[in-house]
Amino acid sequence: MLSCAGGSNSGSSAQSPRSPSAKPFLSVSVTEPVKLGNGVQAYVSYRVITQTNLPEYQGQEKIVIRRFSDFSWLRDRLCEKYKGIFIPPLPEKSAVEKFRFSAEFIELRRQALDIFINRIASHPELQKSEELRTFLQEDEEAMERTRSHETGIFKKKPSELMQIFKDVQSKVSDVVLGKEKPVEETTPEYEKLKHYVFELEDHLSEAQKHAFRLVKRHRELGQSLSDFGKAIKLLGACEGDPLGKAFSELGSKSELLSIKLQKEAHNLLTNFEEPLKDYVRAVQSIKATMGERANAFRQQCELAEATKLKEINLDKLILIRSDKVPEAELEYRELKAESEEATKKFETIVRLMGEEMARFQEQKTADMGLAFHEFAKGQAKLAKDVADAWRTVLPKLDSCATLRAK
Amino acid sequence: MMGAETTPSFGSPPPREEMESLVLTDDQSTYRSAMSSSSLPDDRHPLSAVPVSLDAGDPLLSPPPPVLQGPSSPSSSFLDPPSYADVIFSPFGGENGQSSEHLSLDGDSSSRSDHSSSTGYARITVSEPLKEQETTNSLVPGSNTYVTYLITTKTMDPDLGGPCEVSIRRRFRDVVTLSDRLAESYRGFFIPPRPDKNVMESQLMQKQEFVEQRRSALEKYLRRLAAHPVIGKSDELRVFLQAQGKLPLPTTTDVASRMLDGAVRLPKQLFGEPGMGYVAPQEVVQPAKGGRDLLRIFKELRQSVANDWGGMKPLAVEEDKEFLERKEKMQDLEQQLSIASQQAEALVKAQQDIGETMGELGLTFIKLTKFETEEAVYNSQRIRAADIRRVATAAVKASRFYRESNAHTVKHLDTLHEYLGLMLAVHSAFSDRSSALLTVQTLLSELSSLQARAEKLEAATSKIFGADKSRVRKMEELKETIRTTEDAKLVALREYERIKENNRSELERLDRDRHDDFLGMLKGFVINQVGYAEKIADVWEAVAQETSSYAKQSQ
Repeated sequence: MLSCAGGSNSGSSAQSPRSPSAKPFLSVSVTEPVKLGNGVQAYVSYRVITQTNLPEYQGQEKIVIRRFSDFSWLRDRLCEKYKGIFIPPLPEKSAVEKFRFSAEFIELRRQALDIFINRIASHPELQKSEELRTFLQEDEEAMERTRSHETGIFKKKPSELMQIFKDVQSKVSDVVLGKEKPVEETTPEYEKLKHYVFELEDHLSEAQKHAFRLVKRHRELGQSLSDFGKAIKLLGACEGDPLGKAFSELGSKSELLSIKLQKEAHNLLTNFEEPLKDYVRAVQSIKATMGERANAFRQQCELAEATKLKEINLDKLILIRSDKVPEAELEYRELKAESEEATKKFETIVRLMGEEMARFQEQKTADMGLAFHEFAKGQAKLAKDVADAWRTVLPKLDSCATLRAK
Repeated sequence: MMGAETTPSFGSPPPREEMESLVLTDDQSTYRSAMSSSSLPDDRHPLSAVPVSLDAGDPLLSPPPPVLQGPSSPSSSFLDPPSYADVIFSPFGGENGQSSEHLSLDGDSSSRSDHSSSTGYARITVSEPLKEQETTNSLVPGSNTYVTYLITTKTMDPDLGGPCEVSIRRRFRDVVTLSDRLAESYRGFFIPPRPDKNVMESQLMQKQEFVEQRRSALEKYLRRLAAHPVIGKSDELRVFLQAQGKLPLPTTTDVASRMLDGAVRLPKQLFGEPGMGYVAPQEVVQPAKGGRDLLRIFKELRQSVANDWGGMKPLAVEEDKEFLERKEKMQDLEQQLSIASQQAEALVKAQQDIGETMGELGLTFIKLTKFETEEAVYNSQRIRAADIRRVATAAVKASRFYRESNAHTVKHLDTLHEYLGLMLAVHSAFSDRSSALLTVQTLLSELSSLQARAEKLEAATSKIFGADKSRVRKMEELKETIRTTEDAKLVALREYERIKENNRSELERLDRDRHDDFLGMLKGFVINQVGYAEKIADVWEAVAQETSSYAKQSQ
């Protein structure tokens, strides 16, 4: 299973090395969300605590303050640099103002960010990146400078914009060169993978939607149990004892269960619905990588084509002993190098994707396994609590004799 | 579990038999009869089909039955529990220390229907609604159709030699007549309210569901009537249930002729014609009704205004403190019942929703597990597919339990709605009392004014020598009127006392019945909740166990 270089996902602080030549570890935790600023400018900042024994890092522990856009920056940089790797997804930037600062939302986001950063820290490639080091180590001012320096016109998602540019570019050149269909990989294996990823996203989105609705239903049921309990108590006041007491007991239990339902709703949201959402985001990240792969493939094809044309041209020139030969030869060699570069890039992506897919599937089995376990545990506990609560009312009911003469 | 296809990496997968037994173990007869009596047959109902079919080979690869419809159309399957009458529900698996309460869940009124046997009607059913043509001439020939219902009564009538069954056809108008007649004859009693009339009668009757609603409402109404200790024994009910052929047109609906009658009588009454100016004693037994009794209505209205606005207290008042206390209690009860009844409905809806969503989630996961299984490239996918399947199965099962539980809850909490409806009957019984009192009051003031007139006349005649023949005659007439009015007053008083007594005994009966019915309701509700919660807990506990290895890994 997933090894976290010795650290756990939630980044506990008690990670003492086992021996002088300790295993390298890097553990991060995202904590203490604090709302800063006013009005429209308001945002939430987090304390990011890094504990490590890696030499590249400054000392055993480092604490920095980061905000969501810093995490976003990190992700964008990694996406640009590590094409082929499924960069862990970020939680959504919520559009709804009112919801943005609710305690529940902030806590869910903090957890998601914690998971995000730890996934990066435990990825064999990504953990070595300078971007990660910058993120974890730079002081706040330097961080802000770095961030604003690189954003410019690429505001939110530079990688996406670049991709769009490239897509347009290649489509235009395709048309110009007389090619009607865009060049695409058509190996049956990759086709199968593409189909899998797209359909998976659909299934997961649907599941997540229902999971979210289930959370809502729990809350609604909780509310109606509370109202019902109150009404039953009042109704019981019209009856004499011992029936009246039984009513009162029942009403109280109903109110008690209402609280348990609200708790379970929260549990469901955090431990079941959120992992499902995370899964969806991860699949979307794969789709982005697939986009990169398609680009790389196109580039490789185009450059291969262009190189071939150049070669043909060069041969022609050599044949007619033109004095443009040296120039042409140089151009040809440069183009060939580019083409080889593009091929290498593409092949790297293919290789990485292969590794990443295996890793992804394993990780998801573990993640979902845990989510299912929590889900089942929560539901079992809730049902037990319900049974226990109602059961206690029975003795009171049994002690009421029937009045009717029969 | 999938069987051979999955790597059994999580302990021994539950064998095929366990899956089946999970479906059938909760009282085989219970499940079968409950499911088969619902509108969707067992093998077609998507949610019940799923767990069973998961064992048979790999049914997920075969196109599933209309899977997506099930959870979104629950109304037909559980809000219509046709014959749960035979369902014995054993809530505890039998292991617990609690004595396993066997609660027999009757069709609609559980404990209340026990009464009917004491009044002679063992069972009343209303069925087979039929459209019939109006035979009398109407302005638009052929447009007048109405619905009749077949009413079957099983009775223990000794006259007919033991248990026998009688079937007759009645239309809604006959029910209205029955209800009116009972209201006249049984003043002061809490007479179960009849089903509503409808303004859009002819149009609504075209709709199947409305006819079905009405049929069900009629059945409930007749059963309640039969269950009433006094009304259940009434002639009116007996005739309604057993007399063959069409019921005759009642005189009470002949409004036009009554109006005519009353219009003719009024001038005579106003001019003090002999024999017309007073209320006949026998009529006093009924409240003043429109048409015939215009004068009486005027008088009573005047009296009631005098009661409210006149400086003097009326000559007779409601003095019964106990009654007044109880009346207040009834008002309080009604208010609380109304709220509780609303909240009960909301609760039922919330439970229905959660069950539905759980079912939808389960079905989505079933699709997902099928997908992952088909597309599996890595072993981790197969493992995950197996996990998803566990959760999916559990979710579908839990959803079914929610649905079943709710069907029972609806019936139990229906008691609240029933008693709320009964409050109408209480109101009418109380208003019988106040109108009887008003009649008494009116007669008393009438009497006192008549006596005052008599005294005046006496005083006047004594001053004149030689008795004036006309005055003597007038005096005699007046005395006659006074005597008749006295008689009427006595009759009215008797009637008032009778109604008071009815009120009292009915209040006592209501308190007793309500106590027992509420007790039954609470017990049934609680036992049901406990039973199903335990079942749901078991289902999820199993999944939690099966996935417990994931929890340890992440520690």
